[in-house]
Amino acid sequence: MLIFIAKRIGAMILTMLVVSIVLFLMLEFSPGNVATKVLGPYSSEEQRQLWLEQNGYLEPLYVRYFSWLGNFAVGDFGDSIRFKVPVSEVLWPRLGNTAILGAATFAVMIPLSLVLGVLAGMKEGAKRDRIISTTSILTTSVPEFASAVFFSLLFVFYLGWLPGTSSMVDGFAFKELILPVLVLVVYDFGYVARMTRASMAEVMTSHYIRTAILKGLPYKQVILRHALRNALIAPFTVIMLQINWLLSGVIVVEFFFAYKGFGALLLEASLNQDIFVIEACAMVALFVAVASQTLADIGYTYLNPRIRFS
Amino acid sequence: MTDISAPAPSAGSALLRALKSFALLRESGVAMVGAGLVGFWILVAIFAPLVSPFDPLATLQPLAKPGADYVKGGGTFLLGTDLLGRDILSRIIWGSRTVLIYAPLATLCAYTVGIIMGLAAGYYRGWIDDVLSRLSDIILSFPVLVLYVIIIATFGASGLNIVLAITFASAPGVMRIVRGLVLDLRNRDYVAAAQTRGESSWYIMLVEILPNARGPLIVDACLRLGYVIITIGVLGFLGLGLPPPDPDWGGMINEYRGMAMSFPHMIVFPCIAISSLILGFNLLADGLREISLRD
Amino acid sequence: MTDSRDTILEIRDLCISYFTRAGEIPAVIDFSLDLRAGESVGLVGESGCGKSTVAMAIMQYMGSNGGIVGGSIKFKGRDLGELGDEELRRLRGKEISMVYQEPMAALNPSLTIGRQLMEVPLTHENVSEDEARQRAIAMLSDVRLPDPERVMDAYPHQISGGQQQRVVIAMALLSNPSLLLLDEPTTALDVTVEAGIVELVADLSRKYGTALLYISHNLGLILETCDRVCVMYSGEVVEEGTIDSLFTWPKHPYTHGLFGCIPLPHADKNAAPLVPIRGQLPLPHERPDGCNFGPRCDYFQDGACAPANVAIQTVTGTGDNEHRVRCNRWADIDHKAAIPQGIVKPPMDVGETVLEVDGMKKYYEVHDRSIGAMLSGESVKYVKANEALDFAAKRGETLAIVGESGCGKSTFAKVLMGLETVTEGAVRLDGKEIGNEEVQSRSPEQLGSLQMVFQNPNDTLNPSHTIGGQIMRVIRKFGVANTKAEARDIMLRLLDTVKLPRDFALRRPRQLSGGQKQRIGIARAFAGNPSMVIADEPVSALDVSVAAAVTELLMDIQREHKTTLLFISHDLSVVRYLSDRIVVMYLGQIMEAGTTDDVFSPPYHPYTEALLSAVPIADPEVEKRHIVLEGALPSVLNPPKGCPFVTRCPRKLGAICENERPAVQKDGDGHAIACHISLDELRKIEPVIKVPERQAAE
Repeated sequence: MLIFIAKRIGAMILTMLVVSIVLFLMLEFSPGNVATKVLGPYSSEEQRQLWLEQNGYLEPLYVRYFSWLGNFAVGDFGDSIRFKVPVSEVLWPRLGNTAILGAATFAVMIPLSLVLGVLAGMKEGAKRDRIISTTSILTTSVPEFASAVFFSLLFVFYLGWLPGTSSMVDGFAFKELILPVLVLVVYDFGYVARMTRASMAEVMTSHYIRTAILKGLPYKQVILRHALRNALIAPFTVIMLQINWLLSGVIVVEFFFAYKGFGALLLEASLNQDIFVIEACAMVALFVAVASQTLADIGYTYLNPRIRFS
Repeated sequence: MTDISAPAPSAGSALLRALKSFALLRESGVAMVGAGLVGFWILVAIFAPLVSPFDPLATLQPLAKPGADYVKGGGTFLLGTDLLGRDILSRIIWGSRTVLIYAPLATLCAYTVGIIMGLAAGYYRGWIDDVLSRLSDIILSFPVLVLYVIIIATFGASGLNIVLAITFASAPGVMRIVRGLVLDLRNRDYVAAAQTRGESSWYIMLVEILPNARGPLIVDACLRLGYVIITIGVLGFLGLGLPPPDPDWGGMINEYRGMAMSFPHMIVFPCIAISSLILGFNLLADGLREISLRD
Repeated sequence: MTDSRDTILEIRDLCISYFTRAGEIPAVIDFSLDLRAGESVGLVGESGCGKSTVAMAIMQYMGSNGGIVGGSIKFKGRDLGELGDEELRRLRGKEISMVYQEPMAALNPSLTIGRQLMEVPLTHENVSEDEARQRAIAMLSDVRLPDPERVMDAYPHQISGGQQQRVVIAMALLSNPSLLLLDEPTTALDVTVEAGIVELVADLSRKYGTALLYISHNLGLILETCDRVCVMYSGEVVEEGTIDSLFTWPKHPYTHGLFGCIPLPHADKNAAPLVPIRGQLPLPHERPDGCNFGPRCDYFQDGACAPANVAIQTVTGTGDNEHRVRCNRWADIDHKAAIPQGIVKPPMDVGETVLEVDGMKKYYEVHDRSIGAMLSGESVKYVKANEALDFAAKRGETLAIVGESGCGKSTFAKVLMGLETVTEGAVRLDGKEIGNEEVQSRSPEQLGSLQMVFQNPNDTLNPSHTIGGQIMRVIRKFGVANTKAEARDIMLRLLDTVKLPRDFALRRPRQLSGGQKQRIGIARAFAGNPSMVIADEPVSALDVSVAAAVTELLMDIQREHKTTLLFISHDLSVVRYLSDRIVVMYLGQIMEAGTTDDVFSPPYHPYTEALLSAVPIADPEVEKRHIVLEGALPSVLNPPKGCPFVTRCPRKLGAICENERPAVQKDGDGHAIACHISLDELRKIEPVIKVPERQAAE
């Protein structure tokens, strides 16, 4: 087991290194472009040359990559072109905000989707299953920006219950968190619920459930002890991978509600060619995604005795 | 490939089979609703010039409410107009063309690349599989939208770049599915039979294996089309989509976002349009899966 | 205890239907059965005859689309159909329990075996955890599992298939039920493992006085386990009676036909060939009017057998007053008179040597990528799939390779076909070395001259293409035909050869039955006029009555083409019937080789001896010695150091067997045995099977 974990973490680091090379090449392959991006399109050729020299851009590519990587490892991501401050000063608070948004989303989404998925999968084809399944298809079919529009119109425009933006200029406000979380949950719970349902339905038709029923176990015990344990292994992986998905989802939602989070930062940086912010955001996103995937793999192995002992 | 078909193949029998599969679709209500929605939008896109009441780019009468009459030229703005006075309905109708060209195109590209990679990885296994699987793991580990934003931001927003970005990000997913199916199908005796009569590897992959993987792949393709439409919409919404002025649903939503509270009609109808199309593909996928499991 | 005459289970006129989109499909019709305490009754029939449905109906577990539409099932006087859910739950697992076909699937993969066992007493009896645990451990030793304490803490995937089935049996018996249903409990297991389970079930039911309902497709197994037997065909009981009466005087043409399809010891491929039942099993919605067996019956008479349904009637004159048969003409039919075989097939002339296998070895490398293995430098292990195989086959001969799972027979087939290459040694076909020739580098003639019939009928044909197209592709590929029209012609003639209508060419595999698919597989293998055909368990997945026809067809075509047949099988009765020479393999090595007579009579290799004893024979007059092997088949990854059979050998000599590979001892022409025991000693062993003279002479 320990060897397995070590291997997974090794693979994770390898993945990150490979992607960092690709990312670095994509964004910094041509130093001339970097200078233009940093100094703006109206800078003169001499200014750019000088900047390149000062910032070590005339060194060979691999030297630049390793010094970039080294700086990254110690948390020096360079300076933001737009905010004129070190990237880390902008990035960390934004990441904190996104973490709050993500945690709130997960806290609602996971229990909701698991319960609905299990209820639907217990009796495949029954009325309850049909209602839950159809609802979840419906909600996953509405993109986040569309449901954001619908919910804003309803709760902000017609009902006037909630604020339409979530910029939290006056500090943390719970009310401003509701709509972004709602949009994320509505879009995503259907997917997890359907995965849970499929897993549960498969388990319910398995022979060992038949064995358990024909052993004379009470139905409750069949579900709780025999079915759930097996049915929740697959959704566990799915949920861990939702962290990856959430990083995509927050871009749309944060942009729509002007929430000062990581996704909005990445988008702004991309639109403004704020190259060092893009790099930092991409690496952070990658780290979160790869780490959650590694955890999912390890957890899956731990939960599944068939793999655990072989 | 012709000589593996029936001794007396005819166009009639192919047509009959197509009709039969459509009849199968009718057994699932869900699939029928999905097919109806998708079919509706396909017809709208094909006949856009006929059904669109106005020129989608023409500046006619700014900020008309839904149902308002076109004072200068006659006719009604069923869904109103935007700030520049362009008819929303016409823009939605023409916008369906954009999405129904780019989404299938991108999906097709992703499938072509993904199927070739998946066939090779699953059939040859060994180092080819190791390399391709590792590569796709890396691409898939990246949050999709972050990937799109970076690619589009770096290379610029254009139809081609959107198709390429979607292919790049989706092909590994297709590869994984194909690889899984191939790993199962390659152990079938009919594959061994083909090997023992000396068929080439690509003949076996394309003629013996791929046709038997079509069921799950068609279901996945429908789902993936839905995701691609969402992606194109999101990119448009984020301002990274197709360059204006051609109507594009995501772009419309982005454009009218600032006025959502004052003029909801501009933004609600494009949202409904895109959601209904995605819903169509998702329902179709679900219905097809249900039908395929039944037999 | 209760009086042994007490009826435990009383089924009357039971009708069960499945409700599909196509309408109501009757699965079981007018089924009646009495089962007394301590009695064991066999329910035998081919696939789709409704035997498993009966078991599930007794359990009142029909699934969402099945339902009991008539009749009653009474258990100890209570009508099971009228019980509420809670009463039913108390009955299940306590009074009636069940053993399933696939033990691995029947056990929950994520609960320990101990937990799954303890649940039974904990649910049904008011006992403490400790007591439940003690009971479970005691029961595990009762089913003869070594080290029950360790098994308690194991997960199902950590023990072998045979052990899993013992666990399922232990689970079924924990609450000491009065009725045990066994649904094909050994079908998924190897023969030698099956023998152990069968013996265990018989012993335990005796010990606990449990009544058994044993469901199987194998008449031989029923003979070994049961007192009475019901034969089902197409949803109905066609004949029932005591084992003795029914096996000696089968009255229904179907039952009688079944015995003609089974390769019993007195069958002989030339002198007394199998007599297949013609036609196919009817699909449930295509049953004929009147007698369901009518269309396949030689004694069918319009009026007597159709259109009215046939009632079951009591047979007289067999000494068994409960021998009943569903046939209106049973009294008119004299099966003994009909027996003089119409067909005696001429023996084959054996020609020159076609295949030579010379010291062939096939090792697979297994990479152990754990850090420990890398540090110790043992990261590459070898799986010795085939170890020094030596034998030859002549033109027109049938050579059988016999062995259980993991014995390396399939690997050998792959090497022959060019899907793998040898690690060492040589394989020559028609004098040409092919052991290192991969399939891509073989010429079309070479490919066509060595073809294969595969095991699984559902896998052998590509579901996406038409039958005709697939056969034509083979014909073109082997260069037999130059034009499309010519290929089409040959394809149609091949369909004639395998006795299928020509319009099958346009069909797709899913429209064919299993037997028909295997026929197409045979047609395909013979498309290139092969000099040798490898048949890998070609009939093991088919129903008995269909299998016999396919076996006969295969041999007829072989005779016609003078083809060498390499028949790979685990079933010694089929092998005895059709092969001229036999190679017995175990864990990749040849244990014994020789002519069929050599192998089936002493001197035996101890493994051959056990294998012979393990195969059930559906003939009450045949006497058989019982040898049950201990333990499970060792893993190919970790075979014993000395003789591969040492871990299970009942005749093990001692350390020499564990440490040294036995030398091959030759006994006369071609008979070879790899064993440390001297031939003289082995010669003294009694024959395993004694066939009475009367039948042997027949």
